[in-house]
Amino acid sequence: MRKIAIYGKGGIGKSTTTQNTVAGLVEAGFNVKVVGCDPKADSTRLLLGGLAQKTVLDTLREEGEDIDLEDIVKIGYGGVRCVESGGPEPGVGCAGRGIITSINLLEQLGAWDEKYKIDYTFYDVLGDVVCGGFAMPIREGKAEEIYIVVSGEMMAMYAANNICKGISKYAQAGTVRLGGLICNSRKVDNEREMIEELARQLGTKMIHFVPRDNMVQRAEINRKTVIEFDPSHSQADEYRALSKAINENTQFVIPKPLAMEELETLLIDFGIVN
Amino acid sequence: MLLRHTTNEVRERNALTVNPAKTCQPVGAMYCALGVHGCLPHSHGSQGCCSYHRSALTKHYKEPVMAATSSFTEGSSVFGGQANLLQAVETIFSVYDPEIIAVHSTCLSETIGDDLGQILAKARDEGKVPFGKHVLAASTPSYVGSHVTGYANMLESFVKYFAEKTNEKIRQVNLLSGWVEPSDMRELKRIMKMMKVRSVLLPDTSDVLDTPMTGKFEMYPKGGTTIAEIVSMGDSMETLGLGEWATQKAAIALDNQCKVPFDIIDIPVGLRATDRFIQALAKAGRVSVPESITEERGRLLDMITDMHQYVYGKRVAVYGDPDNIIPLIEFLVDIDMKPVYVVSGTPGKRFEKRMEEILKDRVPEAKYKNGPQADMFLMHQWIKKEPVDLIIGNTYGKYIARDENIPFVRMGFPILDRVGHSYFTTLGYVGGLRILEKILSVLMDKQDAIAPEEKFELTM
Repeated sequence: MRKIAIYGKGGIGKSTTTQNTVAGLVEAGFNVKVVGCDPKADSTRLLLGGLAQKTVLDTLREEGEDIDLEDIVKIGYGGVRCVESGGPEPGVGCAGRGIITSINLLEQLGAWDEKYKIDYTFYDVLGDVVCGGFAMPIREGKAEEIYIVVSGEMMAMYAANNICKGISKYAQAGTVRLGGLICNSRKVDNEREMIEELARQLGTKMIHFVPRDNMVQRAEINRKTVIEFDPSHSQADEYRALSKAINENTQFVIPKPLAMEELETLLIDFGIVN
Repeated sequence: MLLRHTTNEVRERNALTVNPAKTCQPVGAMYCALGVHGCLPHSHGSQGCCSYHRSALTKHYKEPVMAATSSFTEGSSVFGGQANLLQAVETIFSVYDPEIIAVHSTCLSETIGDDLGQILAKARDEGKVPFGKHVLAASTPSYVGSHVTGYANMLESFVKYFAEKTNEKIRQVNLLSGWVEPSDMRELKRIMKMMKVRSVLLPDTSDVLDTPMTGKFEMYPKGGTTIAEIVSMGDSMETLGLGEWATQKAAIALDNQCKVPFDIIDIPVGLRATDRFIQALAKAGRVSVPESITEERGRLLDMITDMHQYVYGKRVAVYGDPDNIIPLIEFLVDIDMKPVYVVSGTPGKRFEKRMEEILKDRVPEAKYKNGPQADMFLMHQWIKKEPVDLIIGNTYGKYIARDENIPFVRMGFPILDRVGHSYFTTLGYVGGLRILEKILSVLMDKQDAIAPEEKFELTM
């Protein structure tokens, strides 16, 4: 089984990209599990056709510790096993601890039992790795491959670099590696070249460039992935290409995070020069 | 009447726990670690945690309990405790020179998400762990489970870290002990010696927390399971786990890691649990039961029959940890007492099932509950509603016993106000004699105190 975590700046399109990629893998015949690690619990919306999921932590709070796996795993598009970790409402409690609790619980309940024959697990993680809890998916070999969703915008690149700091810390003690950057285009000047260069400097590669297309928005409104909503659309092929690239990826590295000045130089070289 | 505000009206509670029948996970982790020779427990959290857990153990065992701490400050809570733990490992090895540092987490370090495995790997990479020395860790957040959970997690960490399988089987049995006294560990070893079963007992707090006064302070007393012994557990014929709450995780880990088959049985408290223990030991060690053991059993049986009239039908309230009170309650039922109220703060679905098996035919009126809301307050309310003749449990029951004027036998953890538990065992047939003696003493003291003059007996 390959264990993948998707990180990236808030609002960059992690959940959308993850779910569309998963749809691509499912279409290619793989058995996939998605674990949403975001208190908003919106990581499986497109696969389930709406926010139909009761989260692990809500279930834990309401029903105590006697939980069955069926209570928290919902089957979505093409048989994807969907779990939402959930968490406290904004401004209270500790969302990071929530992720630790729910991943521990899933393991206790045997969510990765061999009988499920899972080929891929995706952890979709909120925003930056802001605290220890959000690093849970990359601890103790839970996820072994990280992909960072990024765009040519300064703050997205800054966040990606920060996430690399977290990865390199955990990589020293464990098996976690960076698989690559996924560029989710914002139509910034020289975006493709800039992200390719960022990837090069981090010691990795840009695994795919996903162009911006309004089709994504339309599919989202219909609570579907692009592949399900309009399988023949060119954007669906982009996600198929991305999932193929991930499936065939063999380059896993410990990233070398950039210093702030290097990052700014990169931006000036590619962004402002022309 | 210190508890005069307690009423007999029991209400369903969801959140509130009053006078819990449990304590923190790290207390268990610390106690377990002290049962390994040359091991210094280390608390990864704020200083207060470490102080409390040490003093909780010291007050019970009346011995100095050594442990180190990561001494979190505000800065550590924000930035994580890595820097503190790395520094601590270096300092501890250079100043206190233990063989092993057994790190356990705390609520704070768990909540901020410190990854002990990653930090200790870094310590090794940076050469902070001298050659031949060891650092291992267990995750012990107190908001999960109880002190028993912490004990179980640390026990699991020890076997995972040390046990090794070579190709040569050793004719020995692993005995994973649940949470019992140093005197009980000594008794387990005595029984195994009588049975001629070669064994490794883990942990073993005898000669650690019951040391003689010699006038000289030993940072690492002579007792405790040695590293070589724990390593050899991977080659043993079989593992016996005494108490499923405390030992099952470690037994499973040994099986997974070294393919040593295991059997989980009750801690040998009372007649039948000891019978099962002796049988299991005979089977695992492939030996027969010696006459001397059968004689000890006979002596216990003799006292039970001699004194049966004084215990028959007496109503008892019991609280404590599942591994310890399950066989105790079975023993009480066996001697025709009625354990009518049972609470344990330690969660676990199996508890209710075991209670039902033991109590449903013989004491159908019994009430039992475990988990966070199964507290001393609930037990007191039950007693207020319909009184009992005897209370058995740790020191915290003394308030109820005094208010309700009920004879009280101290058993379990912690006992803060009497001595003896470290030195006189309550395990095996001999321990059964002691339990019975203690029960009889308090019941008879009460009878003597309240008997009218014409019924005051010289011979009882």
